[in-house]
Amino acid sequence: MLIQNIEIKEESDIVVSRRIVREISAELGFGIVDQTKLATATSELARNIYRYAGTGVVIVEKTSGPDGIKILFEDHGPGIEDIPRAMQEGFSTTPGSLGLGLIGAKRLVDEMNIDSEVGKGTTITLFKKLP
Amino acid sequence: MNRIPILKLQNILLVSIQIDPSDVTIQALQEDILKEISRTGAKGILIDISALDIVDSFMARTLRDCGVMAALLGATAVITGIQPSVAITLVDLGLDLSGINTTCDIDSGFEFLQANGKDQLYPYSE
Repeated sequence: MLIQNIEIKEESDIVVSRRIVREISAELGFGIVDQTKLATATSELARNIYRYAGTGVVIVEKTSGPDGIKILFEDHGPGIEDIPRAMQEGFSTTPGSLGLGLIGAKRLVDEMNIDSEVGKGTTITLFKKLP
Repeated sequence: MNRIPILKLQNILLVSIQIDPSDVTIQALQEDILKEISRTGAKGILIDISALDIVDSFMARTLRDCGVMAALLGATAVITGIQPSVAITLVDLGLDLSGINTTCDIDSGFEFLQANGKDQLYPYSE
């Protein structure tokens, strides 16, 4: 079941996306810690879209069996060349960045999948099940 | 862009972040704080984030850097009021925030800065 699409076009959309994910996760019945984790993971990955692809979309879905939330981050940006390397803590192509975006987001959810093709784009899927 | 106000009380700068700040807003705050320290000669800077329900890696890094930069200008920074759910998330995220002074509320943050101003010659010494 589709709940909401959030376009990432400008920097302020990072804030918009994390606020919406927080609201939806609260409505779905996640507790305050899980709401915070989901919103924070969203903020990290929405920033990656804005930074590396320029534009993209965040799609928030409710899942059933198991009940939970699925959040997709889609862009048609440059893609990730070396996914295992991008998943290493401290790796970043941005100077001054902590390199915690991808690995950090993964730590905040139950599952994270990365589907990326160089020159085509990236889709990252997060899943967290309701307790 | 929203600008977050900076108040001065005695020789301490007070900041209360009451919006969910975008990256440019938090970066502008960092710059404004450093300018204010330099302009006023403030010895302490208190940043209250009790109203923040999301602190991601960018925001945390900017706040941490702000403390380090303030120390270079001779001021001690303290972050107050981190919500429990934010603390849990920051640790799960894998952020190393050692080196940041924190207290649970504004009162204790203010006391920390005043004690620090009296006792410590070098604001950032451990």
